Order: sequence, then C-alpha cells, then structure tokens
Amino acid sequence: MAPAVDTLRLTAEEAIGLVERGELSPAELHGAYLEAIAERNDELHAYLRTVGAGEGASIPIAIKDVISTRGVETTAGSKILSGYVPVFDSTVAARCKEAGLTLLGKTNTDEFAMGSSTENSAWGPSRNPWDPMLVPGGSGGGTAAAVSAGMAPWGLGSDTGGSIKQPSALCGNVGLRPTYGTVSRYGVVAFASSLDQVGPVAKTVRDVALLYSIIAGRDPRDSTTVELPELVLLPKDERLDGLRIGVPSQVASLDAIEPGVRAAFEHALRLAEELGAVVDECDLPLSYRYGMPCYYLIAPAEASSNLARYDGVRYGPRTDAATYREMVERTRDQGFGAEPKRRIMIGTYALSAGYYDAFYGQAQKVRTLLIREHREALTHVDVIASPTSPTVAFPIGDKAADPLAMYACDVLTIPSNLAGLPGLSIPCGLSEGLPVGLQLVGPQFGENTLFRAGHALEQAIGFDTVPLRWRE
Amino acid sequence: MAISKEEVLHVARLARLALTEDEIGRLTEELGEILDAVGIVAELDLADVPPTSHPLDVVNVWDEDEPRDSLSLEDVFANAPAREGDLFRVPPTA
Repeated sequence: MAPAVDTLRLTAEEAIGLVERGELSPAELHGAYLEAIAERNDELHAYLRTVGAGEGASIPIAIKDVISTRGVETTAGSKILSGYVPVFDSTVAARCKEAGLTLLGKTNTDEFAMGSSTENSAWGPSRNPWDPMLVPGGSGGGTAAAVSAGMAPWGLGSDTGGSIKQPSALCGNVGLRPTYGTVSRYGVVAFASSLDQVGPVAKTVRDVALLYSIIAGRDPRDSTTVELPELVLLPKDERLDGLRIGVPSQVASLDAIEPGVRAAFEHALRLAEELGAVVDECDLPLSYRYGMPCYYLIAPAEASSNLARYDGVRYGPRTDAATYREMVERTRDQGFGAEPKRRIMIGTYALSAGYYDAFYGQAQKVRTLLIREHREALTHVDVIASPTSPTVAFPIGDKAADPLAMYACDVLTIPSNLAGLPGLSIPCGLSEGLPVGLQLVGPQFGENTLFRAGHALEQAIGFDTVPLRWRE
Repeated sequence: MAISKEEVLHVARLARLALTEDEIGRLTEELGEILDAVGIVAELDLADVPPTSHPLDVVNVWDEDEPRDSLSLEDVFANAPAREGDLFRVPPTA
C-alpha cells in the first residue's frame, strides 16, 4: 500500500525526498496528483488537458499552455491554435524532462497570456481555489490554481506584465518572474518579446529556487539568453541582518491598494525588521505614473508584430475564402478573441506611420527612464518591496467588460518588468480570508538575494498555503 | 482622444483583421479610451533620452556555420491546414 499523500501540503522538495528514499514510487506520486486533478479540476478548470503518467514517470509538473510541449496540444488559450500539436519541445520543457520531471498537463491562460484573470481564455476561465466565485489572477491563473489546489507540486508560468507574480499572489503561491534573459523563450508562444520571461510557481521559495535552477541559463536557440553570473543557491538563512529593503514612497499614496492588502504588507515589513532588515523609503515616481501607459504601448506593439504569424497558412484552423488576403483576414477575425484583437489594434496603431514617434517611440524612451530610476533606487537598497497586487482575488465578471480596469491590476508588477528586473511574490497574509502577495524586486541577476529574503520572510510569516475551505 | 471609424478600419486593414460591424463600433470606443490612458507618456519631454528596445546590454552572438538536422517535412507540415506536395497550399493571391 502506498502511504497516503496529501498533495495539498506536499512541497516539491518533500515529493523528491519521498521518491528518493523509496517511500513512494514515481508512478504513485504522479497518480496522487492525477487523483487530485480528477477531484478538483472540474470545479477549477486549471488544466486544459492532462497527460497520463506513462513509462519513467517522475516528479510531476504543470506547464502553462503558452509553452510548447512536443506531442501535447499547445493552444496558448486561443482558438487560433486549437489542435496545434508542437513537433518540438520548448527549451524549458526539454530542461524539465532532462531533470526528470514529468508533465502532468497544460494549464489554462488568458489568450496569448493577455489578461489578469484567465477570463480571456478561449476555453473559459479558471477559478480561484480559495473561492471558486473569484478569479485566480492571470494570465497564469491555471498554473497558480493547480499548485494552490494540490493538483501539481509546482509549475511553469510566463510573465510579461505580471502573469506569474499576480496569480501567485491571488492564489497564495510563491512565484518568480526571473531577470530578463536568464530563461530561454525558445518554443514559448511569443507575446511581447522584450518582456516575456518563463518562471516557476510553487508553494515554497526553496521549490521556486530549485525549479529556477533547472530552467535557467543560456540557450543557443535564444540569442537573448545569458549565462547566470552565479549559481542558484537554495536559501537556508532565517535572518535578514543587514538587508536593506526599500519601499517606494508612491505605495503610500496609491489609493487602489485595498486596506487589507496594505495591512498584510506592512505586517510583513515589521517582520522583516524583526529579522534584522532595515526598511527604508525609496522613490519611483516615474514608474508609478508612467509604467502602466508605457507597458500598454510597448507590449501591444510587440504583440501586433508577433501575432502576425497567425495567418492560417502553416498551422491552426483556417477560414476558407476566395483569395489569400481574405482567407488571412477572416482566419484572424474568427481565431482571435476580443483581447488579442484589442491589443493588435492598439499596437498596430502605435506603430503606424504618423503615430510611431508619439506613442511607441515615446514609450521606449520612458522605458529608459524607468530602467534608470530602478537602477538608482537599487544603489541605496538591496530589494524593493511592495504589494504584488493592489487587491485580493476579485469576482469573475467584475472587470471583464472594462479593459482599463483589468489593465490596472498590473500597476505594481509592470514597472520592474519593463526594467528587466527579477521579482518574487510570496504570500504574506490574508485579507478578507484571501491571500495577499508581497513583491520583492531585486537588481539584474539578483535572484539569490530574493530567494534569501523570501525564504526568511516565509518562515517568519508562516503562511498556510492550503485554502481555508479545505483545511481539516 | 477620439478615434474615427475610418481610422479603426485603416488599422484593421494593416493588421489583417476582417472585423465585424459590432467589433468596429466597440473598438472605436475602446481604442479612444485606451489611447487616452496611455497617451499621457506624451507629457514628458524626452528629446535627449535614448529609446530602449531591450532591457539587457546584450552583444551580438556568433555561432559556427555548421549544418545541423532540421525538422523533417512530415513534421513541418504536421499542423498545416492545407498541403500540396512539399508546399503550403493557399487560395490565389488575387
């Protein structure tokens, strides 16, 4: 008889230990997760499809549906890729396989990772394990819900404006958006190439660090990748002596931050001080005012170019028509949902003759200022702290009809993404019974600092990652 | 800023999107609102600021020019909606 495994509590590190000590076979472990999926996925719709354990099953992993997996349908949450079965693995999927990880299934995402709630998925929204009436965040709400609901020990997401950090915050997980260039984008469905980064989601900072060490590093197939300047260290320290934490002064006056979120954030700062950290103010005025507008010009501009490839010629469903041009236009109108169309239109407009300098060119210059501003702040402090999301999880349907309200979800995650910096979200408490995320941003390649700070705070906070409704 | 229906149609043509009448109406309104919100970047005088296209200081990467295996034709066409021999089949261009 296999020992009972509580997948709601089991960390990836513990799962690896059970298998290494022979207390559980890889097939039994995989089976335990498939059972959890059978029990909870109908309600939560975290997975779009699952994969049988097969031969040589090992430590399981969930992978977001924008990441190509050879032989397993990959739709990026879009009808325009329905039925698309990659004939090659993305580098991150290949590295997971080489490390002995087995794919559990592909997780739901807003279409082309464009959204903050998964409501833009062509296949319907995922739901938050803490309360299924609420969104799990987005775009990587599927991976976040799967990890939170014990349907995977860990998973991969992708983060352009906050798609790993924000759903991690809303579901009570730990999520890392790595430094731009540290993780290969080869085989990852492109949204905005100067911003997209793949990263890990798990229940603990140590699991996130371990998965990051598996996927990170230069890939000859992605010329924007670099070697990590230092090895990934699994954090152990529980003190933060000497760590300088900067809180942007703009956080205090950001009305969008809910009182309960602010309270949990401030509690985490007090704990950091008790652990020996020095909490100080820093200043990111341009980032807070212009980050969102800058992002919503640059990302759609890049998206409009990246999504030009969906033309009904080489893959995806085609809508037939008498001429080539009509076929392309109709295929795209029928294949793309409302949000990708909106972004293609904004991006095409911002790049078009007569508007390029005023919109796209100006946004690229603003980006330079945001990079400088972050660099300056990080000369005074080691990490920048803020809430990850201004709010806790919100009801499905609440913002779906208001694009600008949805875009505002990313106000706190976007600035450091534009600057190419790593950001770690860890759960720091509850507000109205729902998880609140703490975002820690570090300098380029500062992942080890984030892991160290995140781990020490995680121990001090003692957050229980099991959703309240499932606790014994 | 107000966007006209003609501008929306022009951009849709550039983007190869055959939008329906409903979509054109909705997008005309939404694009105006979104461009209002993002257009505040114009407030800044950035004449002396260089643009950023990439957040890392990357240098060109050179690789040896060695032939390697590529995908088989069966793999290349595995997801194609229409194939004719070793070509993707599409409707006439005019």
